[in-house]
Amino acid sequence: MSAATETYYSVIRRQGITRRSFHKFCSLTATSLGLGPLAASRIANALETRPRVPVIWMHGLECTCCSESFIRSAHPLVKDAVLSMISLDYDDTIMAAAGHQAEAILEETRAKHKGKYLLAVEGNPPLNEGGMFCIDGGKPFVEKLRMMAEDAMAIIAWGACASWGCVQAAKPNPTQATPIDKVITNKPIIKVPGCPPIAEVMTGVVTFITTFGKLPELDRQGRPKMFYSQRIHDKCYRRPHFDAGQFVEKWDDEGARKGYCLYKMGCKGPTTYNACSTVRWNGGVSFPIQSGHGCIGCSEDGFWDKGSFYDRLTNIKQFGIEKNADQIGVAAAGAVGAAVAAHAAVTAVKRLASKREDAAKDH
Amino acid sequence: MIDSTPHAVAAEIAVDAARTDRSVERNVVYVYEAPVRLWHWINALAILVLGLTGYFIGSATPTVSGEASDNFLFGYIRFAHFAAGYVLAVSFLLRVYWAFMGNPHAKQIFFVPVWRRSWWGEVLHEIRWYAFLIDQPKKYVGHNPLAQLTMFFMYTVTVLFMIVTGFALYGEGAGHDSWQYKLFGWVFSIWPNSQDVHTWHHLGLWIIVTFAIVHIYVAIREDIMSRQSIISSMISGEREFRD
Repeated sequence: MSAATETYYSVIRRQGITRRSFHKFCSLTATSLGLGPLAASRIANALETRPRVPVIWMHGLECTCCSESFIRSAHPLVKDAVLSMISLDYDDTIMAAAGHQAEAILEETRAKHKGKYLLAVEGNPPLNEGGMFCIDGGKPFVEKLRMMAEDAMAIIAWGACASWGCVQAAKPNPTQATPIDKVITNKPIIKVPGCPPIAEVMTGVVTFITTFGKLPELDRQGRPKMFYSQRIHDKCYRRPHFDAGQFVEKWDDEGARKGYCLYKMGCKGPTTYNACSTVRWNGGVSFPIQSGHGCIGCSEDGFWDKGSFYDRLTNIKQFGIEKNADQIGVAAAGAVGAAVAAHAAVTAVKRLASKREDAAKDH
Repeated sequence: MIDSTPHAVAAEIAVDAARTDRSVERNVVYVYEAPVRLWHWINALAILVLGLTGYFIGSATPTVSGEASDNFLFGYIRFAHFAAGYVLAVSFLLRVYWAFMGNPHAKQIFFVPVWRRSWWGEVLHEIRWYAFLIDQPKKYVGHNPLAQLTMFFMYTVTVLFMIVTGFALYGEGAGHDSWQYKLFGWVFSIWPNSQDVHTWHHLGLWIIVTFAIVHIYVAIREDIMSRQSIISSMISGEREFRD
């Protein structure tokens, strides 16, 4: 593993890429990250001088959609990210090595790059029954996670699984699938939520760390601010229809054809922090709302347990039967209103009765 | 805090009766000072606007036709909601200030002496009055203990909750570097998904609607039944005891 002393630039040149192309890549990366005009040369300088960051990529309870998304990154291309920018030393889903040979890399990385490697985790560990619902290499995944987290520089929690729990943590969560930050509490954790996260957001986070040698600034929930500080709604191209009060009422109505706001169809854009409406998907081709379907809020905590994706008001489970705020409110206000009416009626009757009594006494 | 024994009420009426500048003799006590009355009606108006616009924000309006650039209906609804929200929040702050500066009655809706045994006895008495088990209610200069209890939990606590969650939600649109988010962003540490904050904020609306129904009914009923002024008191500030 001589890769530890090799710089990014030498790897790039070794692969037959010209210096000109190298600078093109740096400019493209700087542009896609929205950095200032000096950033391209800073990226180039960093890649020429810094050793590549070793990355261990592990898979717990997940569906591999994060990997599927990652390998489709266009800016930067995933081949640049994987082959040049980082030293992806372990990824049991896509690596060539298998069995004991593969597992040996983990111990080797721990010893050789103590405190210097990035631990990227896709999926999460189930904690019930001692973690036996996810066995990886003959051991519960949670043990493997704890072992590798111990000496990691930082942890990237890929996707909604690692960040929040996702569908495997849906009520009643029989395997007790638990997000990474509830298991590992002594390491910096970067949450990159989404189901899956946007490819360019994933490679963008990796590029930031390898370029600047530090972790990106995180928000209150532990997500990189540069991609998760605004809601889909804030940058949605259908926002003018929202402000105008033009909504799709049915999937096949005139509004749907005209591309009106999907608010009434249960679009979760107003409560979802992600970069879909700016970065978009598949190399900037489209994103759900542009394709005529509301956002399902897949990068938000608990999105899998909030009832239908097509309801504007979401269900409230605390009330036993699933009800939304309006149904509960109307029922409560109605009951109180009826009680008030009944109370008023009784009051009137009693008052009338006592008046009659008084009148009878006077006679 | 407020002595509500019949003796004390009688004493306060006596003080008022000693005034010589009245042409008609009435049993009157000055309860609600001008800032409280002003706050009450501004607050009521703000809640009316907030409730109506809030409902439309939650369920959305029927679609308007024409070009998006020619319409701004939802924008105006949201503007009205935010403007009324500011009015509510600022007047609530002034009301809290007045709780310290005003007369003892001004403190009632912020203060529930749940630790006082005698107070609970009076709550029970009021419940019995509303259950038609007693013929005559006790007389109170300010709120009766049951009213105080309802005011505190259904109004004061709920409105405070609505102000906090409202500004937190507003901070999302204003941006994470806004003062609203810096001051109220901690709400999202309790509910990481802002969808939940929306839902709870929406439930708060219905608590206030329920409160308004009870509040208006009881004010009218007591005005008629308990032989003391209630409705006009919030305009004149004076409570008249009619017997």
